[in-house]
Parts: sequence; C-alpha cells; structure tokens
Amino acid sequence: MAMIEVNGLQKWYGEFHVLKGITEEVNKGEVLVICGPSGSGKSTFIRCINRLEEYQSGTIRFDGKDIHDRDVNVNSLRAEIGIVFQQFNLYPHLTVLKNVTLAPIKVKGMPKNEAEEVALGLLERVGITDQAHKYPVELSGGQQQRVAIARALAVRPKVMLFDEPTSALDPEMINEVLNVMKDLAREGMTMLCVTHEMGFAREVSDRVVFMDGGEVVEEAPPDEFFKNPRHERTKAFLKEIL
Amino acid sequence: MHWQVVWDNMDYFLWGAFPEGALGGLAMSIILALLGIFFAFWLGLAAGLMRLSGRWWLHYPALVYVEIIRGVPLLMCIFWFYFLAPVVLGHTMPEFQSALVAFVVFTGAYVAEIVRAGVLALPKGQMEAARGSGLSHVQAMCFVILPQSLRNMIPSFVNQFVSLTKDTSLAYIIGVNELTRAATQVNNRTMNAPMEIFLTMLVLYFIVCYVLTSFSRRLERHLARYQARN
Ligand SMILES: Nc1ncnc2c1ncn2[C@@H]1O[C@H](COP(=O)(O)OP(=O)(O)OP(=O)(O)O)[C@@H](O)[C@H]1O
Ligand SMILES: [Mg+2]
Repeated sequence: MAMIEVNGLQKWYGEFHVLKGITEEVNKGEVLVICGPSGSGKSTFIRCINRLEEYQSGTIRFDGKDIHDRDVNVNSLRAEIGIVFQQFNLYPHLTVLKNVTLAPIKVKGMPKNEAEEVALGLLERVGITDQAHKYPVELSGGQQQRVAIARALAVRPKVMLFDEPTSALDPEMINEVLNVMKDLAREGMTMLCVTHEMGFAREVSDRVVFMDGGEVVEEAPPDEFFKNPRHERTKAFLKEIL
Repeated sequence: MHWQVVWDNMDYFLWGAFPEGALGGLAMSIILALLGIFFAFWLGLAAGLMRLSGRWWLHYPALVYVEIIRGVPLLMCIFWFYFLAPVVLGHTMPEFQSALVAFVVFTGAYVAEIVRAGVLALPKGQMEAARGSGLSHVQAMCFVILPQSLRNMIPSFVNQFVSLTKDTSLAYIIGVNELTRAATQVNNRTMNAPMEIFLTMLVLYFIVCYVLTSFSRRLERHLARYQARN
C-alpha cells in the first residue's frame, strides 16, 4: 500500500483552475522531486496533502485513509506530515530550542525535558550546535532553514514536504540545507520536495515529477527524466533551468 | 497672580479628600484609566479575536459592537450608561462604576481593532507553520500569533491608554470626582484664580501622559529586537 495516494485531485481558486486532476502515488521511503514553472501549482499540490489547502474534487489517502475522513483529526494528521517552507517561518519570539520543542510539547504532550533532549539531538543532526538558545534572527538563512527542518522532524512525521526550501537562500548556503535533506532521504524518510535543485534530484530522488499548468506533464526516474525528457514543455523547462 | 490657591489645594487636586474622605483628583483619574484599560484590554482582545473568526456567530456580534461604538462619541456612551443603568438594573449605578463601564465598552472597541490589525499584520507563514506542525487554531493563537502580535500592538495600546487617561476628564459630567471636577470645584469656590488652576490641570495631565508615552517608547525599542520579518 502506498503511503500517499492522490487521485484525480482538482482545485479551483474561484474561477481559476489550479490543479487539474493530479494522480500520484508515493511509497514509504520514496523521494519525489516536483518541479515546474512558477504558478504551475506545485506548492498548492503539496499543501493539499497536509490540508493547508482545501480542494474541491479527488481524494488524497495517507496510510490508506482518506485525509478528509470523518475520524481523521486534522492536527494529528499534520503531526504525521512535516512541512518546510521557502521562507523558513521560524517563530521569531522563541529561541531555536523552543521553536523545535513547541509542537512536541503541545501536540504530542511530550514532557518538556524529553522534548528538549529530542530537540537537541535533532539540532545536532542538522548541524546546529551551540545555537539552541539563540533567536532565529541571530542565525543565517541556511541555519534558519536547518532549524525549520529540525522543527518539522520533532513530532516524528512519517512524511516530509519541502516547498522550495532553498529558493530563499544565498547560493553559498544552499548546500548545507541540501545535505541535511540528502541525509534524511538516505535514512529512508518519505519525502515530497518541490525544488529546482537538479543535483539533489539526480542524487537522491526516486522520481521526478514535472508539473505545468496544474497538471503532471511528465514523470520519470531522474536519469531518464534528465536524459530523455519526452514532452516539449519538459524540454523547454529543463533547458531554462540547467 | 493667586498661586497660593493652587498650593493650598494641591493635595485635593492630587488625591481629593483622601485619606479623611473620598479619593478623588488625579489619583481618581489614574485609577479610572488603569481599571478602564485593564478591562478594555480583555474585552477588546475577545472582540478582536471574535471578529477574526470565520464563524458568523462569533464574527457578527463583534463586528456590530465595534462598528456601533466607533460611530458614537464617548460622551454619548457615558450618558448612555449613566441613564440606562437604572432602567436595566432597577436602581442607579454609582457614577464611578457607570463611567468605568462606559470607558471599558468604548475603549474595548478600539482595542478590538488594534488586535485585529495586529494579528492580520503578521506574516501568513507564522500561522501556516504553526498549523502545519499540528497545533490547533487556539494553540497557534496562544503560543505563536498573539505573543508576537501583542508585542507589536504595545505602541497602539499605549496610545489608547493615553487617550483614555485624558478622556477620564469627561467623567466629570456625571459627577465623578476626578481631576477636572476637583479643579472646577476649587475654581467655583475661590473664583479668583481660574487661570492658575487650569494651568495646573494642564501640567498635571501633561506629566502623566508624557510619562506614559516615554515609557512606551522605551518599551518599543526594547521589544523591537525579535520581530517577524516577511
Ligand atoms: N490564495 C490564492 N488565491 C488565488 N490564486 C492563488 C492563490 N494561491 C495561489 N494562487 C494561484 O495559483 C497558481 C498556483 O500557485 P502555486 O503557488 O501552487 O504555484 P507554484 O507552482 O508553487 O509556483 P512558484 O514556483 O511560484 O512557487 C498561481 O497562478 C497562483 O497565482
Ligand atoms: Mg510555490
């Protein structure tokens, strides 16, 4: 059974048809890279998976269960699906440590000292040591994004969603974030990554999905995707970003 | 000049007949303002959050309250509660309580607008990150949104507080023994020093408001350090 099954997903913003029937399966441990031109609906798509966006038709199943099932609690669902944003969105009024421990304490009811222990372990894993008591503004962009990854991991999600996690970063900080993501992929995390980092896609993804105009135009394992793109739109897109 | 009148009555201006008699004067003005802002804060917080809610039965009562009050002069509110209380309660409400209720209801509407604007001014990503990690709407509000937006609202709150402090002088109209009334009483009794008395009033109100605003400026600088950036 696939971990995430998306079937005929459609969404409109008023008159505007953003997602025109997306069907996609992601198995446990798989890493999916989603790319495509701006406005193609990539963010909207992955944000539907943790119900940050509502959709009008189609179904999304997580662990075999429709995410809109009556007995699905939206907050517990989201605790199983971590999300990392382009703009980091760290809580500026809380220290790095408290950014990471907030959800485990409030959502999972974890005791504070246990949550802090977990958080410090995660911060070490993403390479943020000795900064736990600083505030987000005191960190560089790359460090902030790594804290955001640790924060998302703190509730022990089964899936991680990444929405262009490196697009807001200065070039010299992109790799430190990608390396954390690669480690995560190698450790077997199920991941859906909206990114235009093709090196990352080549190295760790199982499949690359190309979206345009609210549709999946093409998808293939990375080797094939980059060597033999079949659609004209994919070719044009690849030419532009490579 | 008759400054002696002012000196002789200074304690009356500052705290009325206290401790032998009733508290009044500037102390009364400040107490009215403090109690007013305290209750108005909670009322406004509730109304502001209700107005932000997507549920119509929370949204509309708050909307109606805020819009009506903002369209009514404060003096009207004061009269209104003063003359309404006996009708509703069956007995008269003391002037002080009646004025306080008017100040709270009036200021609460403005606080509600400050709260609403403050919450809306935060980057959308804050709520998304909070909800995305599994926090409920209420948890996200309590632990992520309000701690940040309340800090940003402090200057507006202080403005409102300063306004209220000055507006407590209107309570004079229904006979609350605050600073303006104390001044008028002394003036009516002595008759020979209106200029000195009202100049003193001016200085007293000014000092209180100036202390408040400079305190607010210090606080603002102190809190500006950890702000959400878009
Ligand atoms: N709240 C909204 N209301 C109306 N239209 C929206 C809204 N959010 C997004 N859109 C539109 O939906 C389309 C898809 O947006 P989306 O953010 O999913 O694109 P994207 O592929 O992630 O693009 P980008 O690479 O720029 O992030 C865009 O044309 C956008 O203008
Ligand atoms: Mg996007």
